Amino acid sequence: MNSPNSFRTMPDERGHFGDYGGRFVAETLMPLILDLEKEYRAAQADPAFKAQFDDLLEHYVGRPSPLYFAERLTEALGGAQVWFKRDELNHTGAHKINNCIGQILLAMRMGKTRIIAETGAGQHGVATATVCARFGLPCVIYMGATDVARQAPNVFRMKLLGAEVVPVTSGAATLKDAMNEGLRDWVANVHDTFYIIGTAAGPHPYPELVRDFQSVIGKEARAQMLSRTGRLPDLLVAAIGGGSNALGLFHPFLDDPDVAMLGVEAAGYGLDGDQHAASLLGGFPGVLHGNKTYLLQDEDGQITEGHSISAGLDYPGIGPEHAWLKDMGRVEYTAVTDDEALDAFQLLCRTEGIIPALEPSHAIAAVAKRAKEMRDDQIILANLCGRGDKDIFTVAEKLGVEM
Amino acid sequence: MTRLSSAFSKPHPALVCFLTAGDGDTAANLDALVAGGADVIELGMPFTDPMADGPAIQAANLRSLGAGTTTADVLGIATAFRQRHPDVPLVLMGYANPMVRRGAEWFAAAAKDAGVDGVICVDIPPEEDDALGPALRDAGIAPIRLATPTTDDKRLPAVVEGSQGFLYYVAVAGITGMQQAAIESIEANVSRIKRATDIPVAVGFGVRTPEQAAEIAQVADGVVVGSALVELVAEHGADAPAKLRELTAALATAIRAAR
Repeated sequence: MNSPNSFRTMPDERGHFGDYGGRFVAETLMPLILDLEKEYRAAQADPAFKAQFDDLLEHYVGRPSPLYFAERLTEALGGAQVWFKRDELNHTGAHKINNCIGQILLAMRMGKTRIIAETGAGQHGVATATVCARFGLPCVIYMGATDVARQAPNVFRMKLLGAEVVPVTSGAATLKDAMNEGLRDWVANVHDTFYIIGTAAGPHPYPELVRDFQSVIGKEARAQMLSRTGRLPDLLVAAIGGGSNALGLFHPFLDDPDVAMLGVEAAGYGLDGDQHAASLLGGFPGVLHGNKTYLLQDEDGQITEGHSISAGLDYPGIGPEHAWLKDMGRVEYTAVTDDEALDAFQLLCRTEGIIPALEPSHAIAAVAKRAKEMRDDQIILANLCGRGDKDIFTVAEKLGVEM
Repeated sequence: MTRLSSAFSKPHPALVCFLTAGDGDTAANLDALVAGGADVIELGMPFTDPMADGPAIQAANLRSLGAGTTTADVLGIATAFRQRHPDVPLVLMGYANPMVRRGAEWFAAAAKDAGVDGVICVDIPPEEDDALGPALRDAGIAPIRLATPTTDDKRLPAVVEGSQGFLYYVAVAGITGMQQAAIESIEANVSRIKRATDIPVAVGFGVRTPEQAAEIAQVADGVVVGSALVELVAEHGADAPAKLRELTAALATAIRAAR
């Protein structure tokens, strides 16, 4: 495969990232998807849109997030310097809010008066409920009944924020089923409803616009790194579920040839069985939820259930741009097991006084392996995309601690 | 003349009946539909994530997959149906992923071998036709597209282009098996679509009773009934064929009397 002149020009005008992406939706949704694309192009060209987005990110979300040199972790690992982009310090505790701000501004530009979203662990649901409260729009969150039961604090947060949380009992009652139910609501309510998709996946233009809204992470980090160290990092690392925090960090660096990138999937109990959520390393290309991408599926194309200790990584698909970046070889992908993530979680707590979410704990586990293989004048920059308050119950259970 | 065009050339509008493959004794159930007077059989390929379907067909998909139905089983059901009913058109309906999993050409050839006349794929709009359409057309299988209340005049030519067999007008913006649209809206949209194409237009989504079918038969070339039949399979199990034949006969009688 030939290397393109730039890795930052995708998708093409049909919303394809090479063989991936596209608009695989029911006809009912097509006109709306085309409208959304038109409106997004208009918003991109409108300085007032960018000004409002930037203003909300600064004063409501709390951006820019710090770039932090993890001195004690670096010492403990004994290798490359480890730096973190602190997106866990955002309002609502994760990177998800960056995207929700952008999408709700688009929804209002389109005159939509009702917001729906899907959520797995509840982080995207909380972020969506938050922006809906901020702008006074009614909000319905679809959440698998299994996830409702195991993420009670986030369910209560969403309700406090005024959202209606609908437990989804179809299928395995987890994230993909919540997304199916969101799509069913949307086709029945296209006239007034905007679907805020939580990751850089779904039908075009969602993968593009979510990436663009999340790219604030990488743009800030690139400028901060240059200003603090006078150079670019040698390696970027981020966890991947659907892939939005990773793309947000990676995309602004894609054309810096000396910056290597590592996406970290959830290996669950291990890649050799079927109890993992590593769509890129353990899946095959297929079509689901509006896009063509790598999916966990059987030989008949039936979607299989992923597993990860982290409910935020537990999705059988992956954003189509990652599928393309993998095939192009621009980004390397690896996977980390539940146990490795749990060790990394505790390591960061004790060395840096930061309780990370289980999602970035996967990235930290990969950082721990790579740092030791690198020189101490090299720099790893990892995205700390969420804080771990939501995960303490899961971790306690895994560690056999009664709370 | 193809089996599909024959079905739409009868003196009455066509009755299109849907069942999910592998949900119950599909062969016996399909035979009951034919005996009751179905003009076209629409056979659903089960999928884990039937996003466009309401509760009745979602449950049928899960029952079928739970019983272990594979793609080979679905094709086997089609092959056996074709042997029993050489003249009744058979259309596969489903979602993209099971259709493209082994490659579009593989699927088109396998469906052709099984005697399938047309394919309805819910989540491949005209914009993504490359993913399956060319393979179907090359194999001589009709790609049957969906038009909806949101398909405006600007989009309609793209939807019609490359469609064969018939056009499936989805009467409600929503999922299968829920409320029926107002007949005025159906009539207006069907005549709008018929101005854009010569292929027949069948109407489905939310059609459950002979009365509704008769009303639609006055304005369209075909009527599609799905959830109401699938519910009979769920409710009556091994006794479903008699019930299916009864409802199909009532629908067929109503449609034939409509014009």
